Amino acid sequence: MRATRWGACCAGLLVGLLVGPAGVVVAQEEGAPAEEGAPGRITGNVQLLWQSYAPDSLIGAVVPPEKSALNAYGNLIYTRGNFSAGMRYESYLNAVVGFPGRFKGTGVGYRFARYSDPEVGLDITLGNFYEQFGSGIVLRSYEERALGIDNALDGFRLILTPVPGLELKALIGKQRLDFNDGLILGPGLVRAVDAQLSLNDLREAWSVRDLRVNVGGNFVSRFQAGSTIAKDTLVLTLPQNVAAWSYRLGVQRGRWSGNVEYATKINDPSADNQYVYRKGEALLVDLAYAQRGFGWVLNAKTVDNMSFRSDRNVLLFDLPINYIPAITKQHTYNLAATLYPYATVVAGESSIGGELYYTVPKETWLGGRYGTRVTLNVAAANGLDTTRLQGVEGATMGFQRNSWGFGPSKFVRDVNVLLERKVNADLKLKYAYFYLEFNTLATPVTTTFKGLVYADIHVLEAQWKTAPKQSLRAEVQGLFTEQDKGDWATALVEYTWSPHWFASVMDQYNYGNSDAGARVHYLYGAVGYTDGPHRLAVGYGKRREGIFCIGGVCRAVPASNGFEVTFTSSF
Amino acid sequence: MRPMNALSNTLRAGLALSALFLLTLPSWGQKLPSVTLRDLNGKSVNTASLAQNGAPTLVCFWATWCSPCKRELNAYMEHYAEWQKRTGVRIVAVSIDDARSTSRVAPYVSSVDWDYQVLLDPNKEFARAMQVINVPHTFLVDGKGQIVWQHNNYADGDEDEVFQQLLKYGRK
Repeated sequence: MRATRWGACCAGLLVGLLVGPAGVVVAQEEGAPAEEGAPGRITGNVQLLWQSYAPDSLIGAVVPPEKSALNAYGNLIYTRGNFSAGMRYESYLNAVVGFPGRFKGTGVGYRFARYSDPEVGLDITLGNFYEQFGSGIVLRSYEERALGIDNALDGFRLILTPVPGLELKALIGKQRLDFNDGLILGPGLVRAVDAQLSLNDLREAWSVRDLRVNVGGNFVSRFQAGSTIAKDTLVLTLPQNVAAWSYRLGVQRGRWSGNVEYATKINDPSADNQYVYRKGEALLVDLAYAQRGFGWVLNAKTVDNMSFRSDRNVLLFDLPINYIPAITKQHTYNLAATLYPYATVVAGESSIGGELYYTVPKETWLGGRYGTRVTLNVAAANGLDTTRLQGVEGATMGFQRNSWGFGPSKFVRDVNVLLERKVNADLKLKYAYFYLEFNTLATPVTTTFKGLVYADIHVLEAQWKTAPKQSLRAEVQGLFTEQDKGDWATALVEYTWSPHWFASVMDQYNYGNSDAGARVHYLYGAVGYTDGPHRLAVGYGKRREGIFCIGGVCRAVPASNGFEVTFTSSF
Repeated sequence: MRPMNALSNTLRAGLALSALFLLTLPSWGQKLPSVTLRDLNGKSVNTASLAQNGAPTLVCFWATWCSPCKRELNAYMEHYAEWQKRTGVRIVAVSIDDARSTSRVAPYVSSVDWDYQVLLDPNKEFARAMQVINVPHTFLVDGKGQIVWQHNNYADGDEDEVFQQLLKYGRK
């Protein structure tokens, strides 16, 4: 009841601010400084996504009964001195296709009050907050709005900086699970502490040293009321309190830098691990080198049973306490990004990857007049090296891991190279090649094929400055594979007229599908207008069924056909 | 079921509060919020201290996986020396790469030879405080520390408008 009243109050607030952003923008463009004694300042943003849905049996388009859908978000932060308070008003009327359908209604999905005084090293937050310890392998609350992911904590957080270089964090709260006219929290309680020590900041004399060292550690505990489950002939008691912790070290010297984090979690029977009592472990290592015109990074990561949620019985995107990044690069070209995107197998995987950047000097044969940029990226992940246990031990512990290295099951191989060259003042060319081996059993991104997909992807991109402030960008892409849906081609043309206008047309064509009826063109066009921090775009066409990923987390989006309007504004 | 008049009362309260805010809005300027980030050397940097005294600062949010962001910052780099000379501007590039790609930021920045101050915002704490929805998003902070202009997205040629804004707010 209280949350709904909060929502009504903030609805009024939001209406006022939606009506008045023009005034705010004028105020900023004039650059008027804050007057002495002003009551504070307010900032905000608004994001709207509206889609319409038309029947299209050719692509199996989804048409919800309401025929159109809207996701809307309004965010406000009020700041005065060291105090700030904010809220996010959300509407799902109804949620757009591809979002969790259970997100419903209108209300406040996030609100907080915070006092932060850097002078005395005190920072207190009440209400909702996002937080990350180290790499996030033990605790990360974050929002990926485009995927409908939001595991914000709701509770209390204290951050202390008793001496420069030492930061202590303590928090307690429950996590956001759902939205139905307001925030709905999960059942588990999260308690956590973290300490970060930057040795170079402890003493003035150390701050200028070439060698920089950061160390940290954390402890996170989840409480969820216990219960028992029946498994085979056994009745198992589930632990109510589950702890996880990690240690991290970061070292930098000159051109070199390295980071390592080791994490472990005590027995945590859950839906993710088929309710076995094994402990979890993770090891993340990276090493990087950077100099002018050249740099590389190597990553290695093994995660074993490190799915950690504030409800042991949920799966997929619900209530994760931690974040396990994928080893592969987040690709941006359409066919490489959306058909076979890799996400970490949370049950366990071992992986290595790396990336190399080199700019071939200009005025050389390979470098040309402006220099040629080369990016080489590799990633490989396998299942863990394990031995399955038998009998009662098998039912309660599952398997034992023999090493940190690769097991026999191949999950992904991704090798890609990107060449970028500026031909003259008006023309830039790019060529990219991707070699992919992708196990759709490990990462089930398609229902039409189970096994290893072998694919080659070629991309050619040209960007031509047609006139001052006007630019034409074109992409031609081809994905070639014998498996799954066969070959694909994509063509994209985009015209921009700075600083306001853009128009684009894209066609994806599954010309190699063994089912002749599925050889469909997915044509989509859009026009947009940008004015400073405000952007409006209108699109129309077929939206392909596919996997939409951000940061190694992916969501399946069904096919649809219709209009799409997006509006974003910050003020 | 809550009575309708209770709902309308709270709605009215919200509208009244918003009217109060709107009346005072024209007098409010924005400054950079205080968030502690790390630079590529692992050194702590408070974002409230990024503004220069008497010269403008461009704060650009970007990520290694964002093509328009890289096009924007590479385009600015071609003009940076001249912009600095004429306006005194300093560019701060804030990466929102998360744990998946944070380690790629330093090698990429070196390979393209950006002469910017680069900060890491892996859980988007600064981006949220600045009301950033999508990247690229660029803010211009004047020599008095006020955010005077901002721009979302990047199209070829936007650097001309950035330069015009820098001339307007830059060192005279």
